Parts: sequence; structure tokens; C-alpha cells
Amino acid sequence: MSSRAQRMPRGLRIASTGFIAVWLVLAAFPFLWTLWGSFKVEIDFFSIVDWTDALTGDKTIETYGSPFTSAGYAGAWVQEEFWRAVINTFIVCFFVVGTSLTIGTLGGYALSRSGFRYTFWLLMIALIFRAMPPITLVSGYLLPFFEWNVWGILPTTIVVLVAINQPFTLWMLHSFFQSIPKELDESAKVDGCTQFQAFRRVIIPVMWPGVVTTGLFSFLLAYNDFAVTTMLLSKENQTMVPKIASFLGTTQTEGNVMFAVAAVVSATAPLFVLVMVFQRQIVGGLTAGAVKG
Amino acid sequence: MKHRTFFWFFLPTGLAMLLFIAFPIISVVTQSVHTPHEAVLVVSENCGPFGCKEEITVDMEATEALRAANPVGKFVGLDIYFDRGHLAVDEVAAAWRSKESLGDFVGALGNLPFYRAMGFTLTYTFTVTPLLIIVGFMIALGVNSLHRHLKGLVIFFSLLPMIITPLIGSLILFWMVDSRGILGSALQWMAGDPDLSLKASTTLTWVMLIVYGVWHSAPFAFVVFYAGLQSMPQETLEAAMIDGASRWQQTKHVVVPHLMPLVTFVALIQLMDNFRVFEPIVGFNAAAHATSLSWIIFNDLGGETRQLTAASTTSVLTIIGVAILLSPVLVRTWRDFKGKT
Repeated sequence: MSSRAQRMPRGLRIASTGFIAVWLVLAAFPFLWTLWGSFKVEIDFFSIVDWTDALTGDKTIETYGSPFTSAGYAGAWVQEEFWRAVINTFIVCFFVVGTSLTIGTLGGYALSRSGFRYTFWLLMIALIFRAMPPITLVSGYLLPFFEWNVWGILPTTIVVLVAINQPFTLWMLHSFFQSIPKELDESAKVDGCTQFQAFRRVIIPVMWPGVVTTGLFSFLLAYNDFAVTTMLLSKENQTMVPKIASFLGTTQTEGNVMFAVAAVVSATAPLFVLVMVFQRQIVGGLTAGAVKG
Repeated sequence: MKHRTFFWFFLPTGLAMLLFIAFPIISVVTQSVHTPHEAVLVVSENCGPFGCKEEITVDMEATEALRAANPVGKFVGLDIYFDRGHLAVDEVAAAWRSKESLGDFVGALGNLPFYRAMGFTLTYTFTVTPLLIIVGFMIALGVNSLHRHLKGLVIFFSLLPMIITPLIGSLILFWMVDSRGILGSALQWMAGDPDLSLKASTTLTWVMLIVYGVWHSAPFAFVVFYAGLQSMPQETLEAAMIDGASRWQQTKHVVVPHLMPLVTFVALIQLMDNFRVFEPIVGFNAAAHATSLSWIIFNDLGGETRQLTAASTTSVLTIIGVAILLSPVLVRTWRDFKGKT
């Protein structure tokens, strides 16, 4: 794009840069605004009289003597025990990612190395499962889970999320394993390895880039899920997202909105870090499916 | 790979999907054609000093026995599908017969919960999807012409709306467009109407949800198209330029056709994902003006009375909807597969 003839005319360049600037503001401003506002009191965050209050925090100074207060965070984390939800979320995410990658790599590897017709149909079924909104399955879970008395606890939710994750994981890893040359494990098998040994000694050492990318998306699915976790977890075992939703039910009393704002900021922070560290893998993962069709 | 080896490799994931996706689907379908047993009523005559009264009591024991004998409930066939809460055949037929104009009929449909939800879900799906493709494409073109040091930063911020939990993202925007929030106040100031509230008007609520949808999904289209632009054949562009194509013509005749397969990909994925719109309705607290199929299921399942039958029926109808949207993808994959073998 550096050849002189392809350089943009000035007007177009300004328009294009301006558009990107507007988009950047749209994409980033809501987060920065909410982060800033989470350290204010409610009448500053929702400033009825004067919107600059939200910037300067006049009412916050009146109440707490400083333009910043961590009252929202204290309320959410200590009073409403948001820390429990945080711990639950990380337990759920850890086990969901771990389990779904373990069984997903085995399945995805098998699908990529078997030339029989049924692999295609299995992938098709997985695609259909991937397209179904998880909430449509929830009414199928409730009766048996009540019957077996496993409703409301974390392990149940983990197992369900792992299963919901599988179709996507399989597709992703299947196309990743196909990009690893078959000759690698074939030659290991010629040398006398069984299929599993070939997988363990030859494939596992080279599969990490694909597994990390898939793991990221599994993590996001478990972390961002609302429908399944709200329906399947009891109040004590809630993860972050349903917990935040339950804050909203009691928005009438003053201060509670700020709890929710503080909780929202707390739940966004890990995602921020994630994008910062794994930006390249996320972009790679999104495009992998697309470029291959 | 031998069948046997394949079987053992695939067993764990296959089992997980069988037990927690395939069986629940069967269970959902079964539940949708059953309804809970009604309580067994006993009529007894109760005579007191003021004459006799007939009293209806619930025979707890008999009800329990009935429920225990057949926990799924009473078989009712497709009745639930056709009742007022779902396809509402009678109401639709009545509205069709008594309609004065087509608008009248559509208005009558809007009062039926299923068609109301369907109306919003389809509007949302078919406005958000093209819009996000256009916005994503423009961002991709813009970022592609940026200086390379800026690109990483822009991509980082662009990913945020997509990565963010949908419920949290919609809450963040909701607080801003609240009539006391910064965007809400700005809109009031611009419209010169201090009572303007996005939450109070159906049209504005829909617009708000659609804007959220585009904000949330445009980054996906952007990233995919941006990757496509990197693999753009420079020779074709140069050839077009030598032939005297203007910048606009180059974009239209070279860049867009090059990205077309990606546009199809993004459109198909996003149609399916937007069809399940749900979290923004909860986040924006918009259920009074806009409901979606997923939201109906959620609403039926929540609360003290878990209406499993109603929820299952809507679930089955939603799955059918998804299947219709999915069919082009399936056909395409099938063709690819046949082409390969």
C-alpha cells in the first residue's frame, strides 16, 4: 500500500481517519465512562442537574470529601458478597476450559484423521448443535436435574457448559489439526507407535497454538454465559453475570445501582486483560474459520 | 484411522454432546406435547346450619399418585403449539376474518406474544446483520489505510465491544442512554425535549437495541474483513489502477468481490447469532417494548412457576427457526463435501 499512486487523496484520508476516530470513541468511550463513573455516587453517575457532575464528582465530594469513592466496590464486593461470584466464575471457567479442551482435542484429532463418511455427518450434527441457542435446551435440563437433586450446584453447570462448548471446540480443533501434516503421525505409526502414542508424542507437542486459541473462545463462552448459568445455579452458587443481573432486580434503593456499576467494571477487567494479552490469538481464531470457508 | 480407535478418541466428546445436547432436545420435544396433570378435584357436600354447600377440594393423594405415575404429564398432542401463547391459530384466524386492512391484521398479530416476539426477532436479525456488515467493512477499510503503529491500538479497542459479556455490554450502554445518563441527556438536549426517554417509546427502544446489536457484532465483521484485506492481491489492484479505475471503482470491482465469500460467511454466522437475541433485552430492561423468542423461553422458565411446557414449546419453535436459517449453511457445506470426495 505504499506505492505513490495508491496514496489516498487528502479529503478521503481525513474522512477515513475521522470515521475510525468516531468508531474508536464508540468502542472505547462507554467502558472508560463507566470505569470513571463507578467511583462516584449515584447522583453523580446519573447526573440529573448537570452532566459535568459526573466528571467532577461534586456530590461525591459532598458525601465523601473526595471526588473518588470506592463505596460502590465495597458495597458490591463485601456487602453483597460479589467475591463469591468471582470465585465461582473462575472455578467454572477453569474446569470448563480444561475439560472441554481435553475431550475436544481427542475428538477433533480423531475427526481430522479419519477419512470415513461418518466424520462428515458428525461435524454436520455438531454444526447444528452449535447453531442452537443454549436457552432452548434449558427446559430439557430442569426436570431431570431436579429429579436427581443436582440442580443449583457448580459441577452440573460445568458439565452442561462443557457439552454446549463441544460443537464449537470440535470445529475449531478439527480445522486446526487438518493443517498439521498427516505425515507426522503416520511416520510415528510406521515406527511402531499406536495411534494414541502418535498423538501423545508427536501431535501434542505441536498443537499448542491451536489449543490456546480454542481455549480462549471456550473461556469466553463460559465467562459470558447468562442463560444457562442463571437457570441452573442456585442463588448461593451464582457466577458473576447472573449475580449482576440479580443486582438489577433491587435497583430502587439508592446505592444499589452503584453496586451493579462497580460489579460490571470488576467483571470487565479480566476481559480487558485477556484482549490485551491474547489479541493476536483472538484475531487469528476469528479469521481461521472464515478464511477456510 | 480404524473405526475402533476413532470410537475411543471420539467417545468422551460424543458422550457429552449426546447426554447434554441430544437428549435434552428429545426431552424438550416430549415436554412440549405434555402438560402437567391438573389437580384431582373432589366435590363434597358440606351441610351446616345455613344449608348445604358444595365444596370443591383438591385430592392431594390422588394428584400426587397421578403425578408420580406419569411425571411428564398428560399427553395433549400439539394443543400447546396452537394455544394463545404460541402459534395462536384461533386468534390469527379470527383476526384474519375480522380484518379491515392488512395493517389491522398485523396490529392484531402484535398483541399475540409469540408473533410480537417473532416480529422483533426477525426485524432485529435482518436489520442488524446487513448494518454490521457495512459498518465492519468500513472500519476494515479505514484501519487498513492507517499507519501500522496505530493499527494494533485500534484493533485492541475495536475488539472490546465484541468480547464483552452481552449482558454487561448492554448494561453499560443502558446506563448511558438512561434519561439521566450522559447520552440520554445529550439526546434530550439535541431534541430540545426534556422528557424524552428512549425507554418509553417502542420505536426508540427498537432502535436502541439495533444500535447495540451493531455495536456488539461489527467488530467480528471488521476482524474477518480486515484479515481478508491482508490477502488482497496487489497485482489486481494495480492492474485496475492502470486501466484507469477510480478509487471507488477499485473498491467496488476488486475489493468487494475479493471479500464476497467472507461476507457470506459473516452473514450466515451473524444471522444465526442475532436470531437468538436475548441478553440486551434483559440488560436494556426492554421487555415492555421488545421481546424475542429466547426471552419468552427465559421468562417462562424463570420465577416461581416454571412453565416447562410453554417454554419447551417455544424452544421447539425457536429450534425450527434456527434450522431454517441454518439450511443454506448446511447445503453449502454439503456441496463442499461432495466436491471434495
